[in-house]
Amino acid sequence: MSTTPESLTEHFDERGFFQRLSWFDWLWAGTFLLGTLYASYYFAPWMDRYEQGILYISYLTLVWVGWLWKPARMFSVVVAALTLFAIWQYPDLAAAERNFFLNYLLSSQSAIMWMCALFPAAMVVYFAGLAARSEYTQKVGSALTWTASAAGFIGLLVRWWESYLISPEIGRIPVTNLYEVFVLFAITTGLIYLYYEQRYRTRALGGFVGLIITASVVFLLWYHFDRQAHEIDPLIPALQSWWMKIHVPTNFVGYGAFAIAAMVGLAYLVQSRNPERWRQRGFPSAEAMDDIMYRTIALGFAFFTIATILGALWAAEAWGGYWSWDPKETWALIVWLNYAAWLHLRFTKGWRGAPMAWWAIVGLLVTTFAFLGVNIFLSGLHSYGEL
Amino acid sequence: MNTTAQDQSVARRRSKGTAAVLVQFLGSMNLAITLLVVVCIASVIGTVLQQNQPYPDYLLKFGPYWFQVFEQLGLYDVYSAGWYLFILAFLVVSTSVCLTRNSPGMLREMNKFREHQQERSLRAFSNRREWTSALQMAEVEQLAARTFQRHGYRYRGKNHGEARLLAGMAGRSNRLGYIFTHLSIVVICVGGLIDGNLLLKFREWTGDLVVETRNIPVSQIDTSSRLPVTRAAFRGNVNIPEGRSAGVVFLNLKDGYVVQDLPFRLHVEEFRVEHYDTGEPSSFESDVVLTAPELDEPIHQTIRVNHPLIYDGYAIYQASFGDGGSQLALTAWPLTGEDRRPFELDGEVLQSQPLEINGREYQLELEDFQPMNVRPIPEAVTRRDVRNVGPSFTYRLRSPTGEAREYENYMLPVEVEGRQFFLSGVRGSPADDFRYLHLPADERGRPDTFMRFYTLLSNPDELRAASERGAQQTMSDFGLEDSQLVPQVAQTARELVRRLMEEDFPSVMAYLEASMDERQVPSERREVLMTFSRLTLERTLWEAYQEARDGTDVRTVSDLDEQGQQFFRDALAALSAMDQYAAPVFLQLRDFQHRQSTGLMIARAPGQNIVYLGFALLTIGIFLMFYVSHRRAWCWMRPLAGGGCQVLVAGANTRDPIGFQRRFQAMTDELDARLKAAEESARRKQD
Ligand code: HEM
Repeated sequence: MSTTPESLTEHFDERGFFQRLSWFDWLWAGTFLLGTLYASYYFAPWMDRYEQGILYISYLTLVWVGWLWKPARMFSVVVAALTLFAIWQYPDLAAAERNFFLNYLLSSQSAIMWMCALFPAAMVVYFAGLAARSEYTQKVGSALTWTASAAGFIGLLVRWWESYLISPEIGRIPVTNLYEVFVLFAITTGLIYLYYEQRYRTRALGGFVGLIITASVVFLLWYHFDRQAHEIDPLIPALQSWWMKIHVPTNFVGYGAFAIAAMVGLAYLVQSRNPERWRQRGFPSAEAMDDIMYRTIALGFAFFTIATILGALWAAEAWGGYWSWDPKETWALIVWLNYAAWLHLRFTKGWRGAPMAWWAIVGLLVTTFAFLGVNIFLSGLHSYGEL
Repeated sequence: MNTTAQDQSVARRRSKGTAAVLVQFLGSMNLAITLLVVVCIASVIGTVLQQNQPYPDYLLKFGPYWFQVFEQLGLYDVYSAGWYLFILAFLVVSTSVCLTRNSPGMLREMNKFREHQQERSLRAFSNRREWTSALQMAEVEQLAARTFQRHGYRYRGKNHGEARLLAGMAGRSNRLGYIFTHLSIVVICVGGLIDGNLLLKFREWTGDLVVETRNIPVSQIDTSSRLPVTRAAFRGNVNIPEGRSAGVVFLNLKDGYVVQDLPFRLHVEEFRVEHYDTGEPSSFESDVVLTAPELDEPIHQTIRVNHPLIYDGYAIYQASFGDGGSQLALTAWPLTGEDRRPFELDGEVLQSQPLEINGREYQLELEDFQPMNVRPIPEAVTRRDVRNVGPSFTYRLRSPTGEAREYENYMLPVEVEGRQFFLSGVRGSPADDFRYLHLPADERGRPDTFMRFYTLLSNPDELRAASERGAQQTMSDFGLEDSQLVPQVAQTARELVRRLMEEDFPSVMAYLEASMDERQVPSERREVLMTFSRLTLERTLWEAYQEARDGTDVRTVSDLDEQGQQFFRDALAALSAMDQYAAPVFLQLRDFQHRQSTGLMIARAPGQNIVYLGFALLTIGIFLMFYVSHRRAWCWMRPLAGGGCQVLVAGANTRDPIGFQRRFQAMTDELDARLKAAEESARRKQD
């Protein structure tokens, strides 16, 4: 043996979490801190103290995510830079048609359209890569998913700006109607998927997750062209609250995670019919898929719990009670209990495999009803019939 | 479990008897999962069937039989129905039993390091790694301890003869997570129970509290339907008109309500709806003044949606709004009987008053008034293409026999296909849509011309005069100078007018055909006769119309401008629609004084903080359970005969095998590197 003790110590890293952060980590966090401080100062007239709080909590969340999951840093830089560029080019609404960049890339409509094109493209490419067993093609799929998520994210942020351009009194965060939350759903699902893709070192599931994102994109396009849902309407009084800013995004982390769980469940069922062949195509093992299913459901469950709690706190302020058995609330409870049953079956009864995959898929149907069906078919406080 | 253990547990169960079996059952996982699913399914019912609607609505929807059945099942208020609460309670009991059974073990487990583990059992672990090291056992222990520490393990050492065991444990708060999560379910349900209306239901059930179903002033409500001020929870509503005040709220219960007294009075100064530039409402707000005996100064505050007023544990929310008794100035145009002269009357919304039409007494119940109505414009492309069509009011007319029809009238003419009409909607029951009568507005934007025209045609004398003039003219147009025939022709014309007003134009023509069949008129004369009859009808109508227009001397229809002709056509169309309108009177809104009322929700929720504590427990618990992984690792060291020692590291995490494999790999890699580095430096020291 000829190695020195110094080089041996490289095999293990004595440094703590913060020491292990690179200069780029710090530079990145610092830059965003400056941005946050500036926003906090610049937008102060439009924010109350809760909203200031939410701004700083969002910053901390971003840093935490970026430090734990490195690609998030570059993503945030690209999104922030392009959004700032768009805002800079966007002194008034008419600029959307005058300006080349806005018109073709960065106005919220263009960016969201790009997202709508790129997500389905990513799905096709992922499946093509799976069919051709081409590592490279699948990488292209990942790149497309990243780009699509960035486009959607920019679209929402620019839409936020646009709402203020219409009139400062109309300005509000773009998570207030079905159109906007569908974009949000596509982005959160895309990003959470990318995280697991990296963590489990497999791109084989991209096409399957792409199915659900594409479905939401199709709905979005229909909603846009058939219903003109992309127009920015002023907020009804019931929705004018800072709770909105945390309740809705938290919910959509939950929905996105549940959607991925269901799609992985689908992939599980597909591969279980001919495990050999799918393993050769680069599918993860059944155990690994089972594990992804559990992780995403756990993530979804945790966020969905928080979202429901936030909803209850908001309801206490807006409707006079933290729980009114309103259809939307009740369906949230149903979704929640359903996944609680799933988790118990897995952990205390040790169920695994196909039944759990089926249950995850049914769980998504239940979730979809809670998210869409309730708004469409049932009336209640959430449809704001009263005021 | 080996057979003896099984036997033992069976024996134990037997000896403990039924109570133990019950506890066993309540705490069983199968029951828990079944209950979770059952609650899900049961909850769906209340979302499909709209809850807490007025009972007559349900009766209308389901018919008397099913209405009864559903009422018995408590489906109109599922979430406080006995059977539903029973299932929920079952779930809470099951969770509590589970918790009391599992927590002691888990708490003990949190502090147990399992330092009695033997080498043999460690070898059975799937996660394990072995080394033969030249280092001393004490040195290895130091390295292992350091590695354990850096990977989040707390550890304990124990000597096993000459061998030594380091037992490590990490993430023990995961067990707390279990306790917090399940405890939170119980806590939240207890808090919710405190805030629910169970006690109210119970008192209603025992007959202690009587549900009031009549719509009567608060002062007349019996004390058996009133709740005094206490610290208990409630949630109720009250509508307060502007300028009035209230010291009670109404709690909905079954098909009626009970009254809850408040320790304060609320006076509403003003209710406002603020609007965006685009016309949509941007804010609903009430300026209220709260007075209470213990307050030196009344509290002045504006309550808005999302901005309640909190006072002494009472929260007051903006919940709805409505009409608070607007004053309406009306013109009544009788549509039946002899005397069709219009007359004026005043009314107040939410009040009912007698209305006499030609000797028949109706009851006029003014229901609502809307100062503006935003509707899509006819050629709307986007959702922004709307217009305000002005004020409207709704009312119910109850005939002496008690039948009622509901009407919705607009104050201003509404543009339809480029023409102006007064719209009056009518329907027989709230379940139907309004069907609108279109009365053409004259050039001054009033219904007067049409109404006079209609009145004229309904008046026998005036109709006779008009029909005779019409007949005469037609005859002279046809070159018939036989004045003997005039009354006969005029009578036919009147018959046709009557048919036109009771039915429609095609049926007038059909009637003519039929009567000619009856008289066996030869076919060559038919055409002439038809034309003759139609012209007589038209002339008669025209004469009446002239009269209604104050006799402006326009000779024929074609002398009128396009607008005038159109009005005449619209008037004829309205004429034949009048029959279906079938109202004794048309009410025209001339003027109004708007007064609104604000709908406030007032609640007390003493259980709220308990519930919020539950929320906190739940959130913390879930994150501990999911994201802190409870894992154990052991390092077994045995000295070797020729110096150095044998090292065995094993680890386990039953809940997350895949994740743990990776962590275990990383940890043992580190230990491996440390061992090698230490050996190397020892060797060099020797050299
Ligand atoms: C509304 C009711 C309940 C909810 C929301 C709930 C929620 C949960 C959650 C989220 C987990 C974590 C699963 C995981 O680690 O991924 C869990 C685990 C567990 N639950 Fe429940 N639970 C409920 C009722 C019950 C009941 C009634 C029982 C008892 C029969 C029970 C027994 C357990 C047990 C034994 C575990 C596994 C703990 C462990 O070893 O880590 N739960 N529960």
